[in-house]
Amino acid sequence: MSGPLSEPETWTGRALPRLEDPAIVRGWGTYVGDVAARDRGCLHARFVRSPHASGRLISITAPAGVTVFTAKDLHDVQPIRAVLHRPDFVAVDTPVLATDRVRFVGEPIAIVIAASESEAEDALDLIEVEIEQLPAVVSTAHAIAPGAPLVHDVEFPGDPNTVVDGRMHTDGFDDAFAGAHRVVSIQVSSARQSAMPLEARAAHAAYDRASGRSTLHATLQMPHVTRTGIADSLGLPEDDLRVVAPDVGGGFGAKMTLAREDVALVWASRRMRRNIAWIETREENFLAAWHSREQVYDVDGAFSADGELLALRGDLVCDVGAYCCYPVTWGVEPLMAMAELPGPYRVREYSVRSRGIITNKCPIAPYRGVSRPMQVLAMERLFDVAADELGIDKVKIRHANLITEFPHRSPSGLVLDAASHQETLAAAVELADLEDFRSRQAAALAQGRYLGIGISCFAERTGYGTPAFAARSRPFTLGTEQAPVITPGFERVILTMDPSGTLTLRIGAAPHGQGLKTTLAQVVCDELGLRPDAIRVIASDTDQTPYGWGSFASRAMVIAGGASMLAAQELAERLRVLAAERLGGLPVDIDLVDGHARVRGSDQPGVAIAVLARDVYHSSHLLPDKGDPALEAVGVYDPSGTFANACHIAEVEVDPLTGRTVITRFLVAEDAGRLINPAIVDGQIHGGIAQGVANALFEELIYDDRGVLVTTSLMDYLPPTVAEMPHIDIVHLETISPASITGAKGVGEGGTIGAPAAIANAISDALKPFQVGVFHIPATPHRVRAAIRSGTDLHVIPLAVPTPEPEKEAQR
Amino acid sequence: MSSTVPLRLYVNGDRHDVEVEARRTLADALREDCGLTGTHLGCEHGVCGACTVLVDGQPVRACLMLAVQAEGTMVRTVEGLAPDDETLHPVQQAFWENHGLQCGFCTPGFLVLAAGYLEEHPDAEEEEMRDVLSSNLCRCTGYQNIVKATMCAARTMRGESPEVEATP
Amino acid sequence: MKPSPFEYVRPETLDEALAVLARDPDESKVLAGGQSLIPMMNFRLARPERLVDINSIPDLAGTTTRDGRLHVGARTRHLTLQNTDLPGPLGHLLRRAAVNVGHLPIRTRGTFGGSIAHCDAASEWCLVATLLDAEMTVRSAARGERTIAAADFFQSIFTTAMESDEILTSISLPSLDDGYVTGISEFARRAGDFAIVAATAAVQVKDGVVTDARVSLGGVSEVPFRSTAAESAMLGQQWSPELVATAAEEAAAEVDPPSDTHGDADYRRDLVRALVPRALATTSPANR
Repeated sequence: MSGPLSEPETWTGRALPRLEDPAIVRGWGTYVGDVAARDRGCLHARFVRSPHASGRLISITAPAGVTVFTAKDLHDVQPIRAVLHRPDFVAVDTPVLATDRVRFVGEPIAIVIAASESEAEDALDLIEVEIEQLPAVVSTAHAIAPGAPLVHDVEFPGDPNTVVDGRMHTDGFDDAFAGAHRVVSIQVSSARQSAMPLEARAAHAAYDRASGRSTLHATLQMPHVTRTGIADSLGLPEDDLRVVAPDVGGGFGAKMTLAREDVALVWASRRMRRNIAWIETREENFLAAWHSREQVYDVDGAFSADGELLALRGDLVCDVGAYCCYPVTWGVEPLMAMAELPGPYRVREYSVRSRGIITNKCPIAPYRGVSRPMQVLAMERLFDVAADELGIDKVKIRHANLITEFPHRSPSGLVLDAASHQETLAAAVELADLEDFRSRQAAALAQGRYLGIGISCFAERTGYGTPAFAARSRPFTLGTEQAPVITPGFERVILTMDPSGTLTLRIGAAPHGQGLKTTLAQVVCDELGLRPDAIRVIASDTDQTPYGWGSFASRAMVIAGGASMLAAQELAERLRVLAAERLGGLPVDIDLVDGHARVRGSDQPGVAIAVLARDVYHSSHLLPDKGDPALEAVGVYDPSGTFANACHIAEVEVDPLTGRTVITRFLVAEDAGRLINPAIVDGQIHGGIAQGVANALFEELIYDDRGVLVTTSLMDYLPPTVAEMPHIDIVHLETISPASITGAKGVGEGGTIGAPAAIANAISDALKPFQVGVFHIPATPHRVRAAIRSGTDLHVIPLAVPTPEPEKEAQR
Repeated sequence: MSSTVPLRLYVNGDRHDVEVEARRTLADALREDCGLTGTHLGCEHGVCGACTVLVDGQPVRACLMLAVQAEGTMVRTVEGLAPDDETLHPVQQAFWENHGLQCGFCTPGFLVLAAGYLEEHPDAEEEEMRDVLSSNLCRCTGYQNIVKATMCAARTMRGESPEVEATP
Repeated sequence: MKPSPFEYVRPETLDEALAVLARDPDESKVLAGGQSLIPMMNFRLARPERLVDINSIPDLAGTTTRDGRLHVGARTRHLTLQNTDLPGPLGHLLRRAAVNVGHLPIRTRGTFGGSIAHCDAASEWCLVATLLDAEMTVRSAARGERTIAAADFFQSIFTTAMESDEILTSISLPSLDDGYVTGISEFARRAGDFAIVAATAAVQVKDGVVTDARVSLGGVSEVPFRSTAAESAMLGQQWSPELVATAAEEAAAEVDPPSDTHGDADYRRDLVRALVPRALATTSPANR
């Protein structure tokens, strides 16, 4: 039901089968583990990891014959440091290997090198680590309590262990709030979740004695930034390090953050002058490869009698774990939450406090959606609860508050470009046929079956460049010292036509399953009148591609796509100039079609682009424009961002006896602007929703009260299988916004952002006869059953805060 | 290094004479000793299914079988699905045409699982195939196009048109 | 996630296997399907020094019916039982239980005897064995063969009455006559996961009256649990939906389940209440 009805005449807009796939389906892909498997002489690394959440490292002993390096060996390696330039931000260093303290279970303490993975694990068994345990902080409530142990011995400007404390308060908030007809207050929360790419982290560091250079193959989303980070840590010129991300087995954000392990691996490889591989185990991936989403939001909506949201207040708390991720910092979740809580709704008055609080748990890093699944959960649960309390229809209350005029400036200063919030809601509601559902629901209830339906509307900020990242910090000016902050954003591409007329596009973005090589080829080929098989896209190799920020934050199609289009347009213009000279006429009269340049309206065959290309290189002395004896164009694009939008509707059936939720229907009305490849867009939506279903119903990283992670296998951490996934129906709307030059909006995160709220609302609708609702996810069967049994809403059950002991103060 | 044993494996019709430790799993032997890196390892505890291969025609988790246990069997991996370098197996073709993969890491396991089952049960209905496909995890696709591709492949393998007739 | 080193032995006869096992029984492990043992070894939670692979020993696989009992070879794969054409209520129960064992690629390798010997309280085969008072035949080089009743066999978490030098060779189950009906119902978070709670039932109803009632529950105690309270509530009573509800309540009141991340004791009790009727529903005379 998705996709255009007729085949377009351009490459853009077609559900072109991906250029990436033929090799992969044959098993000929090259993932990092394959690089290691094919390097017969390479050594293998494993990491000694902390078994304790907090402690003082006393000693590490290994028997003779075991090769192990600790922080002492890495004494000249600089710690990893990422900062934001803002008064509430607390910065800390992350040592590559733990020095005197361990701060979470799984923290790397030492690197062990052996001839094989098995032998490295054998060696691991022989190493003794002595740690004096210290009190651990396992919850945010404990972390900010007076006298709580400090995760880092640094100055906190506010509450203990509070590293980000953002606040906003609009001038008219207090009056609007006080004057409201009704204030609706809810608390929503989410458990910790893992991005859990099917390929865990992996790296292979090779050392070339002849050049002294290192080559790191690693499974990454940001190869260039990784190179910068490792070079900074090891004190290398960046040119001494080549970073390559070959085929990447999923990232979802978790592979954009610099891994301490990758730094240690390159160091060890250079120290030993050997090739060394590190293939992370699934258990390690759960322990140490970044978590996300452990958040609690208290939200108050001040409504008028007819359902207008007059003012919104939020107190948002993000548990950011023990260290600060590089490059986007531990501000990523709280600052995203603060900026985007209002979402697609008109919120004139806004008061918010958003905190990042550290604990002795695995650090958080970006994961598909970053805070927005929770923001949408908060807003959509708020509207459902408000609709009930005010006696207003759930669709109507949304229509009454969704933005209708564009561009719209949100109370946090974001500019929302042209979108279709009202229209996607209407389209999804029409598809759902609410009247029919209500009659099915009533009939089912009469049989003792509990059906529910839930709506979720959201705006997905995508394709944001440097301006958006710069807004996270105070302005600073460049001086003689290095700038204090890493500010991502632009993308740059180099498009080259060789003498045979085929194209090479070198990009700074780093695809990992999104089919970017296909979609960029579609964009470029339309400008140049070539077929997608005439272009090779080169990505994710710092030796071969221009510096770029990689693939994350639903940005690559918008930003790298825009840069590619600009480069292709420049190259096309050059070809037109060259062709016009031969064919007569002006460059504007030349069409590039089917591999030829032709005068528009002429029945002459024109000149093959391959002929033009050959002559540029081989008869450069005859070039009419006296230009560059090469066909090359650089495209740079750095937009401020564009908002995709969508409405999700979930239908569920809840078994009241077991608490199991089955999603019986899932509908999406999506507006991602122009669809470059509709099949790929739908694939992103399907996959995003699967991770949203996971967040809503299944996945949860659980720590015990000593800070030990108990969910370290796929028998405890439960990604959904096909049996748990509903069929997803998608309809597309298309708002073309000037904020993206290709017309495309990003679509990578939307599924994950919208689905949890739709499901939580649907379960709450189903549970209405029991007068309980869902305010914590995942809404696991045992939690749903407990809510039904006890007649109380499904909320997070906080860990008890230990009574402070005076001597802990003294330990600071 | 503990002692190794000589082992003869038959994989995709080729004989591989290798030396492995007894603790070598079939998955590692295929990847490291036979050079067949299409079989992937996603969890090494038998849940994700990325390492699924066919042993005597039956799908198994190659991370839960020792290489020495594969002696005397016929092993088939993703590299052995297609008849030659010019032709894809119908399941491979269908995954490509129906966007049944994104990052591709789980894909070999799904291809082997689906191809192995459909070769034995070409008349499998969608519900039956969903049950079979629930053996493996995919993190990218949400499974919808994996199911779609598998059912297209089933139709091709039965000699029908891969496209399903639109119902009015 | 790679196993510790071990010595691998693949005997061709049972006697040879028993002799190898007898050399150092406490440091040896029998390898059948390996679907539980190998993951534990990959995590290095199990570190046997010697693996005795019984997959090349003839006569350990397959089923035979003799003296009114079905004898299941210990190395019979789950998939074989899923596809068994054994008629009657026992065949029905075996097929229904087998499809709940993991996923297809697990069922092609994993074995009936391996599950029984592993003694996971949520395992379908341990439940079936408990339900039907299975008899396990085990053998050692030193003491020869002995038979252990299910009630004595399953002792605690992952612990059976087998000695470390013994190999489980076969399991016998009563061939239930057609007066019986059987059923299984389990609750797992995802398709193929270990059950949080599972219930199996076998009921004989003659002229509308329950003449034998058996209910076993998994996931509620260290070993599979026979609910004598549910059974005695039904025995001799007129079969009715109310009787099923009563049995479920009796079972729920009788169990004292553990708590973990998948649910606390109250939740497991709720699941018993939900699942016992579902297991019995497939046993109800109307569904035969």
